[in-house]
Amino acid sequence: MSGPSTDVTGRFSRREFLQVSSIAGGGLLLATFLKPFGALEALGATPTAEFTPNAFIRITPDGIVTIIAQNPEIGQGVKTMLPMLIAEELDVDWKDVHVEQAPYDATKFNNQFAGGSRATPTHWMPMRRAGAAARVMLISAAARKWGVPESECETASGVVHHRASGRALGYGALVEAAASVPAPDLKTLALKDAKDFKIIGTSIRGVDTHAIVTGKPLYGIDVTLPGMLYATFERCPVFGGKVANANLAEVRAQPGVRHAFVIDKGSVLGDRNGGGLDGFTLDGVAIVADSWWQAKSARQKLRVSWNEGAGAEQSSAGFAASAAQLSTQPPQQTLHRDGDVETTLRSAPKTVRAAYFYPFIAHATLEPQNCTAQFRNGKLELWAGTQFPEIGRGLIGKTLGIAENDITIHIMRGGGGFGRRLHSDFMLEAAWIAKAAGAPVKLLWTREDDIQHDFYRPAGWHYLAGGVDANGKLVAWRNHFVSFGEGKTFATSASMGPLEFPARFVPNFALEASVMPLALPTGYIRAPVSNGVAFATQSFIDELAHAAGKDPMQFRLELLANVQPDVPASGEAPRAQRGSDFDAERMRGVLELVAEKSGWGSRPLPRGSGMGIAFHYSHSGYFAEVVQARVSRAGKISVDKVWVVGDVGSDIINPLNAENQVQGSVLDGIAEALAQEITIEHGRVVQSNFHDFHLLRLTQAPPVEVHFRKTRFEPTGIGEPALPPAVPALCSAIFAATGKRIRSLPLSKHDLSWT
Amino acid sequence: MTVTFKVNGKPATVDVPRDMPLLWVLRDVLDLKGTKFGCGAAQCGACTVQVRGVPTRSCVLPVSAVQGSEITTIEGLSSDGSHPLQRAWEELDVPQCGYCQAGQLMSAAALLAKKPQPSDADIDAAMDGNLCRCATYIRIRQAIHRAAVMKTATDTSHFHDSGRSVP
Repeated sequence: MSGPSTDVTGRFSRREFLQVSSIAGGGLLLATFLKPFGALEALGATPTAEFTPNAFIRITPDGIVTIIAQNPEIGQGVKTMLPMLIAEELDVDWKDVHVEQAPYDATKFNNQFAGGSRATPTHWMPMRRAGAAARVMLISAAARKWGVPESECETASGVVHHRASGRALGYGALVEAAASVPAPDLKTLALKDAKDFKIIGTSIRGVDTHAIVTGKPLYGIDVTLPGMLYATFERCPVFGGKVANANLAEVRAQPGVRHAFVIDKGSVLGDRNGGGLDGFTLDGVAIVADSWWQAKSARQKLRVSWNEGAGAEQSSAGFAASAAQLSTQPPQQTLHRDGDVETTLRSAPKTVRAAYFYPFIAHATLEPQNCTAQFRNGKLELWAGTQFPEIGRGLIGKTLGIAENDITIHIMRGGGGFGRRLHSDFMLEAAWIAKAAGAPVKLLWTREDDIQHDFYRPAGWHYLAGGVDANGKLVAWRNHFVSFGEGKTFATSASMGPLEFPARFVPNFALEASVMPLALPTGYIRAPVSNGVAFATQSFIDELAHAAGKDPMQFRLELLANVQPDVPASGEAPRAQRGSDFDAERMRGVLELVAEKSGWGSRPLPRGSGMGIAFHYSHSGYFAEVVQARVSRAGKISVDKVWVVGDVGSDIINPLNAENQVQGSVLDGIAEALAQEITIEHGRVVQSNFHDFHLLRLTQAPPVEVHFRKTRFEPTGIGEPALPPAVPALCSAIFAATGKRIRSLPLSKHDLSWT
Repeated sequence: MTVTFKVNGKPATVDVPRDMPLLWVLRDVLDLKGTKFGCGAAQCGACTVQVRGVPTRSCVLPVSAVQGSEITTIEGLSSDGSHPLQRAWEELDVPQCGYCQAGQLMSAAALLAKKPQPSDADIDAAMDGNLCRCATYIRIRQAIHRAAVMKTATDTSHFHDSGRSVP
């Protein structure tokens, strides 16, 4: 869901572009995307037992249709959604489909990761073509059997019909014949017209829902291997710190302990700036025991002296002081500039200046990080809830000196992802420990490990200035963004794109940035960058609306109408830079609809209650949201209702899941705003478990009303883009309720009491 | 030490450290993987099981404390997913990642056993300690109400279709 989106890290965007274009062109599809397509020899010893036209479909003579789900499932619904696309064009009934999770396999699958809300836009056409190609082959097989033209045959519900003669054959009966049919030309492959969809656009329950509610083993943590040992791993509380010495002998004497050893893999492994996912140290003490409880109990006896390193000097208070200092100095770099912002700010009749701040936060997947590893005869096998097995395999191969072809990764259902499992630190640790222990090992992190050794959403500071003219129009916008990084390179997920809204909607505009060094590793958390930037940007737009004496919804509509001349027309922009493809028409559409659905401006509310509105574009999705919140005289916040309108294109592939995803995203944003914060003292994370890193609770969850505005564009992802607007919409609702403007998060740190 | 108790109606005897939490006995000794580890500190509810019908955080309960007790885990809520809560959870497709849902169901089942027609306030009181990182709370609430209706209704014919698509 969250992670390396096309607009955050260039390397993914380039790669995806090449693949999507080659598929669009058709010629390379067989070669790159459906490698074993039509390859009879790939069927192995029983060539007539089943029809496997490509890596995604297997049909057996009994008519059972198995569809392979290639992407990691972390709760975003992709294990159901991608097979739906295939089943639609294969023309089978969903009730007859069995879905199987694929292992990581670069020879069969492309883009086998869960990140950036990319599964829908990346696979919308290729998955449909995979289904359609198989259908054409089945028709061809039936036509040959009957000696009739293929054009006289049609399909429905897994059956090929020849209406003229009344003959019909189920797909299962055609398996043998279809296996020898040559693969069709994908250039001329006809796909269904949207009006004929029977599966796409219908509500389909998750393929694992029954297994979940009956407690079946599904997740990485549930894996058990014969002779398996259990491991725990103690890391330095300060990032980058290393083991000086440890009382290993005492630990080894604890009940059930088989091994206790220091892992010292030198310095930081990979990139921690510019989008890198493997910028961490592998250093600490591993304890391997007969049971995890024994390993964890032995860990309580472990005493480690650490060489903490320079990271120990960093703290949240220090970062805040440095940011304030940087804000008074000339910015280190200019990301984008239009017009003359300084002169306009001086002459504008009304100006507003404000400093916004959001803190570090953690992913806190409910399933703590874990991985089971087995190293035998030079080959490594891993079972993990991973969002990015390709990166994991590369990192592990490089670090342990194992050829990538000798590493197998089984993708387990992830008990939450949110971007955390894009990183492979826990997999590398498990692999190292299993290799050293000479036995299969399940490494399981504690919750404290997880909260204190995350790849955090970086904190951010935005020093903003805006000016409105005599007509209440926004004419100047300046943002000095203070973040983390080195030189001109931002730490991972700590960047802003040069064209982030409202770039190109304000004639005099400056986005500038300064960075400070950070020892802590950072990463992508659901709607990365956007989950902080939207708070600052949309909240400040709200401030400017009030300065202009305008309704916040009306002010935003006028801002969206103020497209500067160089903004390309709808849908035609290059995707090269974040924000460059922002389509004002689509945003206006969702904004107007959410105002209508929420009764914006027409709902009389008592004192202490208020509504806030915000929009944000991210991950190719347009979302506008209204939050209605209440603040008691004592300052307690209740969120009463949220209205959401989203535009993710022409089709909501699985409405049942789409609603769940949007509601979850919105509530995730509300949770972040209400009380989530990771603070650093002496280089250490202060928080440790759910008593001080607060997830949303049932009693805090308001109703979330979800609407979609369907537009002519190809569908895009739904796991992330609904999150960002929820944060500023809530904060503006609190302003409407109390008159207190929220310029820093979390809300729990504000005194919101009123009289 | 040796501890004897009943899990899902079947007797179990285990020889484990006396301070080993029930959670790890269930998962790693008895191979009942449905009960989940989330926090190890009774903060999230993912490990909720019923001990003598009372929803209990098994991650902090030493196994020595359940000597002679009757334990019910998600695997024992029904043998086939036919408990009204499981059916309601499926009907509304509550889960996202699904990791917390066994704990949610065990807390909800204890609630329905005590209050067959729970109010929203009853649900608030019974379910607030079960965290869902995906925040499926809206559907959790709906599904508890739905199960309460199903439990009292005699006609459950619309559940005979086990197909996954929603009518």
